[in-house]
Amino acid sequence: MASGQPPAVELRGVCKRFGKTEIIRGVNLSVAAGERVAIIGPNGAGKSTLFNLISGRFGPSSGEILLHGRPIQGMKPYEINRAGLSRSFQVSNLFGRLSVFENIRCALLWAMGHRYEFWKFLAGLREVNERTDEVLAMIKLDRKRDHLAMNLTYAEQRALEVGITIAGGSSVILLDEPTAGMSKSETNRFVQLIREVTVGKTLLTVEHDMGVVFGLADRIAVLVYGEVLAFDTPEAVRANARVQEAYLGSVLAESQAAGAQA
Amino acid sequence: MNTSTAHSFHFKPYNVGRWVIWGGFALLLIVAPQVFRSGLSLTLLSQMGYMVIICLSYNLLLGQGGMLSFGHAVYTGLGAFFAVHAMNLASSGSLPLPLPLIPLVGGLAGLGVAALLGYPSTKKAGTPFAMITLGVGELVFAMSLMFPEFFGGEGGVSANRVYDTRLFGIGFGPATQVYYLIAFYTFVCTAAMFAFTRTPLGRMLNAVRDNPERVEFVGYDTQRVRYLAFMISGFFAGIGGAFVAINFEIVTAETVSAIRSGGYLLFTFLGGATFFFGPIIGAVLLVMSSVLLSEITPAWQIYLGFVFLFMVMYAPGGVASLIMMNLRVAAFGKLGRLWTSYLALGGAGAVLLAALSLVVEIVYHLQLDSSGDGSVKFFGVMLNVSSVDVWVGIALVVATALGLFEFVRRSFLHEWGEAQTEIEKEIKRREAAL
Repeated sequence: MASGQPPAVELRGVCKRFGKTEIIRGVNLSVAAGERVAIIGPNGAGKSTLFNLISGRFGPSSGEILLHGRPIQGMKPYEINRAGLSRSFQVSNLFGRLSVFENIRCALLWAMGHRYEFWKFLAGLREVNERTDEVLAMIKLDRKRDHLAMNLTYAEQRALEVGITIAGGSSVILLDEPTAGMSKSETNRFVQLIREVTVGKTLLTVEHDMGVVFGLADRIAVLVYGEVLAFDTPEAVRANARVQEAYLGSVLAESQAAGAQA
Repeated sequence: MNTSTAHSFHFKPYNVGRWVIWGGFALLLIVAPQVFRSGLSLTLLSQMGYMVIICLSYNLLLGQGGMLSFGHAVYTGLGAFFAVHAMNLASSGSLPLPLPLIPLVGGLAGLGVAALLGYPSTKKAGTPFAMITLGVGELVFAMSLMFPEFFGGEGGVSANRVYDTRLFGIGFGPATQVYYLIAFYTFVCTAAMFAFTRTPLGRMLNAVRDNPERVEFVGYDTQRVRYLAFMISGFFAGIGGAFVAINFEIVTAETVSAIRSGGYLLFTFLGGATFFFGPIIGAVLLVMSSVLLSEITPAWQIYLGFVFLFMVMYAPGGVASLIMMNLRVAAFGKLGRLWTSYLALGGAGAVLLAALSLVVEIVYHLQLDSSGDGSVKFFGVMLNVSSVDVWVGIALVVATALGLFEFVRRSFLHEWGEAQTEIEKEIKRREAAL
């Protein structure tokens, strides 16, 4: 990374309170362009809240959030999306009564400059339609092109969820537990898919599956009770005693136990 | 399957089906008054024409955008008032505007009013949106009583549509000429609204209906999408409203009332909000029931209430979705085995209808005929309703009819479910064979 280039995403002293409960307590985080960062932590650590703050679902109570050096805190989700950040959701958040093809196309229209046009036919937007088919091929849903989103299987819905997120070509991608609820083999295939579709992009992901985390991430941020406990390479995080104590120890023990059972 | 997907070639055949449907629609509009020649049918057809525009414009909100508006008559009604004033200005010579352009005055008025009132309305979606439209509707209706200069007070505003005969000697005096003007606008507006559903904004409106939250995360301001759609809907509503003025040559405050708004909602729903053509069926039903059903019985609104309840409970997709579901069953060749169930359902339905109408008619007659001898004539039979026996009998008949209908409905549902399961299997099989 050139030293003059601002980080893709930067959080400076970000706090979020709901009433008197402080969920995020002064998070500082700097993610370089093209970096893949996984955010891990126990349930209720504030991982999803952090994503909601960055993507504009809520505004932070205090602190600054910068996208490519530009402050975005307090902006509306669509403004942040237009600035080049796109996110997926933990629970699939699709356009249920539209076809798979339409779902992806809806995610492309603004990005490809069609805004609120009502004087052009969708069928005539050749570039949009070609790009939609490309995305469908990438997420391997081209055979389900004309199915309604609500009729897809769970794994297909997860793929469509990621497809909508990456379709518009945002440079910063936030994936909230993309593999949640998937079987082992589905997860492996899906991680490969995520790797493919996010080439050259900045990726932030919340993930519970440690196999996925250690395989996918350049750096890992450990979030515990709304604070970043560690932010380092996978090896360093694994070796970190505080992380072991606070979180990873129990998770690793659990996954070993699960492995022994299987 | 991984090869050549990136540059898949889409064969776009000359869409014959679409030409047949739109050609057929145009032909129907042209031929209808030649087939139904009586004065009454011409009145009905004219009203159906602009009701189609109004119901389709309403469905732009309800079906396409998921916006349940309780105040659509504001936009049709104010369109009608602006149109009637424009007609008066034109006939006094101060506005050089031929009658065929008056609907555009209504449309622009609808657009303008929607731009003004739609802004606060579309700030919210869901229940708050519905409440705001209800409030706005009440507000405008109250204003109609406060400003008699514009709304004409009790008597309304009247006009004469025959003020200019320079256009090939067409003066729009005869109802036929008015019908063809309406038919022309009906076709153009229907085509325009259908075209809208195939544009970027039209599609994003569907997306806002399905999942407004996600729309915000793909770059769109949902409020802006709703607002633009609301204005477009207002434009077409105004055109439809202008024809109320042209057709009746009088517009009263009732045109902007909540009752009218409720009617548009009710019949758009009955026709079917989930399909584009549903509201066209709804408009036809609206005119048929308000003109023809009201001839048969003074209690027609009670029957309408029953039908509405029945549809909400058993066929929430309206007539259009009933048609489409049966077409699907027919396409898979399964309609043949359902016909006995349909016959039974129809029979039980008729019995239930007869039983319910017995109660409705008797109660209605008792209210109206205060002559007091307690006898009511029903289908040529004199019933003495002051005796307890008759009421016990009626209660038995209604209970039996309800039981019979419910029994038949359940067995029909079973048959229907089986047919659907078979169709699903068939679809899966075809997909696997692909």
